[in-house]
Amino acid sequence: MAERNIVEAIRDGLAFEMERDPRVLVLGLDVGRLGGVFRATEGLLERFGPDRVVDMPLAEGAIVGSSVGLALSGLVPVAEIQFLGFTHQAFQQIGPQLARYRARSYGRFGCQVTIRAPSGGGVRTPEFHPDSIEAQFVQTPGIKVACPATPADARGLLLSAIRDPDPVLFVEPQRLYRQGREEVPEGDVVVPFGRLRVARPGTDVTLVAWSAAVELCLRAAERLAGEGISAEVLDLRTLVPLDVEGLTAAVARTGRAVVVQEAPLSAGFGAEVAATLQEECFFSLDAPVARVAAWDVPYPAASLEGWYLPTVRRVVGAARRTVSV
Amino acid sequence: MRRLLQPDGSLVEGGCSRLGPEQLVEALRWMLLSRLVDARATALQRQGRFGTHSPVKGQEASVVGSAMALDPAVDWIAPSYRELPALVRHGYPLERILGRSMGRSPAATRIPDGVNVLPNQVALATQLQHAVGLAWGLRLQGRPGVVMAYFGEGAASEGDSHEAMNLAGVRRAPVVFLLMNNQWAISTSREVQSAGQFFRRAEGYGFAGVQVDGNDLLAVFEAATDAVARARAGEGPTLIECVTYRLSFHNTTDNPRRYLPPGWLERAECEDPIPRLEAHLAWLGLWDQGARAALEAEVAEEVEAAVQAALAMPPSRPEDLFDQVYALPPERVRRQRQELLQHVQEP
Ligand SMILES: Cc1ncc(C[n+]2csc(CCOP(=O)(O)OP(=O)(O)O)c2C)c(N)n1
Ligand SMILES: [Mg+2]
Repeated sequence: MAERNIVEAIRDGLAFEMERDPRVLVLGLDVGRLGGVFRATEGLLERFGPDRVVDMPLAEGAIVGSSVGLALSGLVPVAEIQFLGFTHQAFQQIGPQLARYRARSYGRFGCQVTIRAPSGGGVRTPEFHPDSIEAQFVQTPGIKVACPATPADARGLLLSAIRDPDPVLFVEPQRLYRQGREEVPEGDVVVPFGRLRVARPGTDVTLVAWSAAVELCLRAAERLAGEGISAEVLDLRTLVPLDVEGLTAAVARTGRAVVVQEAPLSAGFGAEVAATLQEECFFSLDAPVARVAAWDVPYPAASLEGWYLPTVRRVVGAARRTVSV
Repeated sequence: MRRLLQPDGSLVEGGCSRLGPEQLVEALRWMLLSRLVDARATALQRQGRFGTHSPVKGQEASVVGSAMALDPAVDWIAPSYRELPALVRHGYPLERILGRSMGRSPAATRIPDGVNVLPNQVALATQLQHAVGLAWGLRLQGRPGVVMAYFGEGAASEGDSHEAMNLAGVRRAPVVFLLMNNQWAISTSREVQSAGQFFRRAEGYGFAGVQVDGNDLLAVFEAATDAVARARAGEGPTLIECVTYRLSFHNTTDNPRRYLPPGWLERAECEDPIPRLEAHLAWLGLWDQGARAALEAEVAEEVEAAVQAALAMPPSRPEDLFDQVYALPPERVRRQRQELLQHVQEP
């Protein structure tokens, strides 16, 4: 065990997999000498050489499209897209290609590809850098979507992602990259997909989140505790696969749920969670499932992001209203 | 590579300048202003009063020389994010550009009506497609403008870059593709982007491609005026590769010491376009210490006035999140706006 923040845990996970499996290679923008703009690949070039840590031409379509081909050749690419907002430039290679390759060939060709990308707001980044567009990839079946929120999960889910025979979009919470360390296992310890984590136990209301919003919910739960409301915080960890049993069992225990997302409200993954809850545990619900999200507007300039993103105050308000029903 | 101006400020054999004394001083003025804004913006950013800044430092001759070939009344600029003096010359007031990065009201900092400048573009190479459509549309309507589209040698690897240039050739759109080859895309060197030469791509698209010394104001201006003239005459697009050097960090989040080879910056600094243009003015007998000091003082005053004007602008408001997202906002979005305004008023 070692104390690590999220970037260090990812770096460690990458190195562990590259050591373990010679087919694994890392490719992306500035991943070599610079070690990535967040230093997640720092030291890998020196350790594994330029054939396994590849600085790519500035073309996200080429990064993902060639990853499909590299996987077809028998390698295991781990592609870095500099920011999730720039997966748009590769979308024609992700949704319609990477995600569907297995289905299109009826299992003849699979793509064991991981796409890592930092995402999320609150760190005053330029346009397109903070957008939380993970739900778009839930609408392109064939690819899995992982959204870790802690260092141990970042490493453990990354090992699962790289080993998964299916393609995985691995969304990293940039706001939390260096925010706090925790004990992270160093060996072959995976965190399986499709099993949510109880980030904080509670009995009155369930706050459901993923990625950096988990940290927000923990702060809200702390505040609620001060008011005598015991909030449980669930970290979904993976959106695809979604832990439907874990989710419904947890919400059935409190009978009340607030889903919190950094993405705009309409058709975000929170809507999927709310719909699933009313389908699966309607009769255990004591209040309508509430959502706290960003507004239905484009991610704004840095000076406005404090008004755009969900806040502790908004989460607390929604939880209070839910509990008072 | 086309070059007119020698490092010592003299013209190459048989070279001739298309810029008269006044225009040369005007160009130097924009270049000095740009350099000063870089320093001021970086300092403000370090104090937490300015957003991410991408300096123009080292590329001023390419940016200013190309922009000076345009007529702001009819021509358009489709910028990337490293062309500040071109935008100011084209009519986008400096205080608005600065105010935008300082979190001032978007209404107070937006591109003024009638100024033919598209918004800064962060999504690399996307603006090239818009530039082609804009140029094509102007031509379809018999309007006179030419579009100057700026992009880096890194952005030139994006699919949008190929698609845009290909279409521009097919439609003979009046557009100039100004490829700023500053050798770096963050930490990625030019060799990683392409095994070929950038300007040669134009041939494959069926239009003219030229490579110029991007630290040579005269050569850039010559190439740009020729390209604009061709576009205006209906002879289609041109790709201009300006070979230049990024003399600063990629932006204020970057630390180039991590990746620049030893000695690279020192060698590149010898090509600084500002001393070269000053040497030319001196060679022409138009320049001395006094003239420089006067120009510097004038520019410093202008930059300071713009910073103060930006600071005096109203700040952003919560409703700015909503107010220009739709021309006709859906009811649900209107309600969200109300909800936010209520929320910010609650204790
Ligand atoms: C589509 C897209 N991908 C990645 C980025 C992140 N990024 C911002 S600037 C940059 C390098 C651009 O290099 P170049 O085009 O040469 O322009 P320069 O910065 O040198 O002016 C990168 C990778 C981005 N802004 N847009
Ligand atoms: Mg460049």
